[in-house]
Formats: sequence, C-alpha cells, structure tokens
Amino acid sequence: MNSQTVSDPLVTFTDVSLGYGDFTVLQGIGLEVRRGQVVAMMGGSGSGKTTLLRAATGQITAQKGSIRVFGQDIAALTGEGLREVRQRMGVLFQQGALFTDLNVFENVAFPLREHTQVSESQIVERVLDKLDAVGLRAAAHLNISEISGGMARRVALARAVVLEPELVLYDEPFAGLDPISLGITAQLIRSLTDRLHCASILITHDVAESFAIADQVYMVGQGKLIASGTPQALSGSQDPYVRQFLNGEPDGPIAFHYPATPAFTKWLGQHTGRP
Amino acid sequence: MISPVQSIATLGGRVRRGITGLGAFMRLTGAILIRSGVALRRPGLVTQQIHFIGNYSLLIIAVSGLFVGFVLGLQGYYTLNRYGSEEALGLLVALSLTRELGPVVTALLFAGRAGTSLTAEIGLMKAGEQIAAMEVMAVDPIRRVLAPRFWGGVIAMPVLAAVFSMVGIIGGWIVGVLLIGIDPGAFWSQMQNGVDVFNDILNGVIKSVVFGIAVTLVALHAGWTAKPTPEGVSRATTRTVVTGSLLVLGLDFVLTALMFSN
Repeated sequence: MNSQTVSDPLVTFTDVSLGYGDFTVLQGIGLEVRRGQVVAMMGGSGSGKTTLLRAATGQITAQKGSIRVFGQDIAALTGEGLREVRQRMGVLFQQGALFTDLNVFENVAFPLREHTQVSESQIVERVLDKLDAVGLRAAAHLNISEISGGMARRVALARAVVLEPELVLYDEPFAGLDPISLGITAQLIRSLTDRLHCASILITHDVAESFAIADQVYMVGQGKLIASGTPQALSGSQDPYVRQFLNGEPDGPIAFHYPATPAFTKWLGQHTGRP
Repeated sequence: MISPVQSIATLGGRVRRGITGLGAFMRLTGAILIRSGVALRRPGLVTQQIHFIGNYSLLIIAVSGLFVGFVLGLQGYYTLNRYGSEEALGLLVALSLTRELGPVVTALLFAGRAGTSLTAEIGLMKAGEQIAAMEVMAVDPIRRVLAPRFWGGVIAMPVLAAVFSMVGIIGGWIVGVLLIGIDPGAFWSQMQNGVDVFNDILNGVIKSVVFGIAVTLVALHAGWTAKPTPEGVSRATTRTVVTGSLLVLGLDFVLTALMFSN
C-alpha cells in the first residue's frame, strides 16, 4: 500500500487461534512484523510454527482473531486480492517444494516468468545473480533429481527471493544444511532483509543461528505464545520455558510428549476396549 | 443382518457421493475451460505437453497400430475369401480403422500410457507441496498446470489416432498385398472409392477428439483429487485407467449410434 509508512507493521496477528478442524494448535497469538526486521518464530517440533506460516500466507484461516498482511485482513481476501498480496511475499517451504519437471534455473526463473514481462536476458541475469548468492550458480543446468537436499533448500531460497518481495517467510531454512551453508544462509537472510528493506519471518528451532540474525524472537509451545523479545532479552530471561528451550534441557515445563487429544482417546478406546 | 432401512441408507449414501463426485468433476472441467486462455497466450506450455503426451506415446501407438492392421488383414482375408471378394480387403481394413479401431484402441492405449502419467505427475506434485507452493506464489495451478495438459491431451489424441489408423492400413497392406498376394490396385482403389471423407474419416476424428477430452479430463481429475500419499497416487492412476477406458467404450457406443444410424 502506498499510504503505508515504514513503521506500519507488514504482518499483524491479533488474538489469533489456529488449528485444523476441531483441533486447535495455537491460541491467543499476537505478534507484529515490521519492515527491515528479521523475526524468528521458535518452538519445538509440532508446536505449530508451520501453522503460523500457513495462516500468514492465507492457506488456512484463523479460527478466531484477525490476521492482517500488508494492512489487509487475509481472511477477507479471495481470488485476485489474495493473489496480489501473495505476489508481494516470498515463501521458502519446509521441503523446498521445487518443481520436479523444471531444472534448477527454471525453478528460480518461475516467478519471473509468471509475474513479470522482463526479457530473457534479464531473466538469465537475475536468476544467475540469485543462484550466485546461494552458491549454486554452476548448478543452474542440473535437474532437481540431481541435487542434494541441502542444495534443494538453497535453490528454494533463491526462488523465494527472486522477485525481491516485501515479506519473506522461511520455513526451517537451516534444516539439512551443513555448517558452512548454514552460516552463509543466515547471513544471506540478514543482508537481504537489510538491502531490500523487507521483512523476514523465520520459522526455526535453530537457536544459535537465528539469535545471531534476528531482531525479534517469538517463542511458541503448549498451544500458545510462551515468550517474545529481542534475542538479548530472551538470552537473559529467567523464564523456565525459555531457559529449557534455549538450553535444550529434557526436563522442564515444556513436555516432550505429544499431548493427548480427544481423537486419540477415542482411538485408544476402540483399540483397547476401554474409554 | 442388514435391515432394509440400512441398505436404503447405504444406497442413498452411494448415490449422493456419486453425484457429489460428478459435480466436483464438472466444476473442475469448468475451471479448466475458463482458464484456458493461457493456451493461446503461452502456446509454449501446450506444445511442451503435446511433446510429452504425444511424442512419448507415439511408439506404443505405432506398434499397436501395425499389429492391429496385420490381424485385420488376416481375419478380413479369411472371411472375404469365402465370398471371393478379397479385393475389398483394403476397404474393410480402412473402414474398421478410421471408424472404430483407430479412435477406440488409441484412446484405450492413451489412457494407459499418457493418462496414468498425467495422473501420477499431478498427484506427486500435490504430495511434494508443489501445488501448494504454486498457490502461495500467486500462480493459479489450474491455469498453469492443468489447462496446458488438458489442451495438450486434446490435441495429441486425434493426431495419435490418425497415426494408428495410417500405420494399421500399412499393416493390412503388408499382410494382404505383400504376404497373401492380393492385387495392390484393387486393394487401394476399393479403399479410395469406399471411404468417405466426412462419413468415415471426419466422424473418426470427432470420436478421437471426444475421447481425448474425456480421457484427459478423467486423468487430470484423478490426479487433482488424489490423496497426497503413495497409496493415494497409486489408487488415482488405477482410477484413470478404469474410468477412462469404460468412458471411452461407453462414449463410443453413443457416438456410433448417433453418427452411423440412418
């Protein structure tokens, strides 16, 4: 939106509950992401981090509360309006979600070919530039079946940012990367955010790398927002949840076991003959 | 023991699911047709699919056509020979192929070769989050993935049927003229006189276009609605072959009744 000022948040969650069907994964979520910020959403496996990302992209709607992206209520958007908002975002999927019928170059060129009218020479220049940034310029000709999981993640990263979006959502960008690629990718996310003056949301459970580049950290677990603040504030926090997560302690308020749901109780009853 | 009320309820449930399924199929068909402008704006996407669907099916179609032609030549000769009218073999082979066997057998092979690969490809794209990724990238997957494949299939099918008939006629000629020794002049002239461009060839082409539409839509719908799991994709490919083949045979009866009745 032209009327939006720099300080206006790009993404706002207000008292949001999210889930699938009758099952609520997260509730009472409130957060803000502004331009130029790298925001890390942290939490254990199955804590609902990816659900947060799906809600921000409009793939699922909130059970309660409101989600505003670029100043617009995402639940109220359909068809063309939703596509316009999504064109201003870049998303890195957890599994990369690269198109297996296209090679590395064409995967990164895909958003350019679909959404812009730029010439072929400009496409080549921009795609190779992005592939160079993730260290895979010389892999442009390879098929997706020929590259490793870590490489696929970096290609997906290049594809997510090729349109230079205003908001980039990264779902587990560090998973499956070797230590060198991991450090470079983290710095790339930071420098990209600074250079494009966009907002970046990182879904991750990698404490060291995300604390090194994040401006703001939100921690989710046990179906709610456990803590939020700058990396420094959270590092110094005495909150038992935060301490347990940051130090990776087995015992503490965060349960290792997946919580029992009504569906599980019913299933167990059917299998054991007991309610 | 199932009570009558229960069996009525089960039947009702099945009918309702069938109607819902048909509705979903028609809605997807409508969505593909509405978004088909992409075929004109970006013909490259369609030619790519014609290459993928058509070119890779060419070998199986040509080889099958040749053998069907051989068999038609042999069987036709045995029957015609009884009445002393072997010269009509060319006509028999050409009419059988252009009116019936060309479009029908090609469509059955098309369902098995191209239809299954379309279904599996789309099902696996779903399983690999590629369809979801496309949606989040503000690209409509029905427009980008389904519409070009639909038009690729619809265009490739009549061409493949024509190749099948042509190769089949050559097969009939090899058996009839080269091996059995029927007069080649009679073989070709009977065919030339007896095969009508509109009644026989055009009707065959219309059939193959209709089969192409039906099989491609069934394949796309099966892939689109497949559960994103290995089991889901395998069920969907089976559904493509079974539904596609039955639909082709059913439609063939209807079209034949409409086209060749007096």
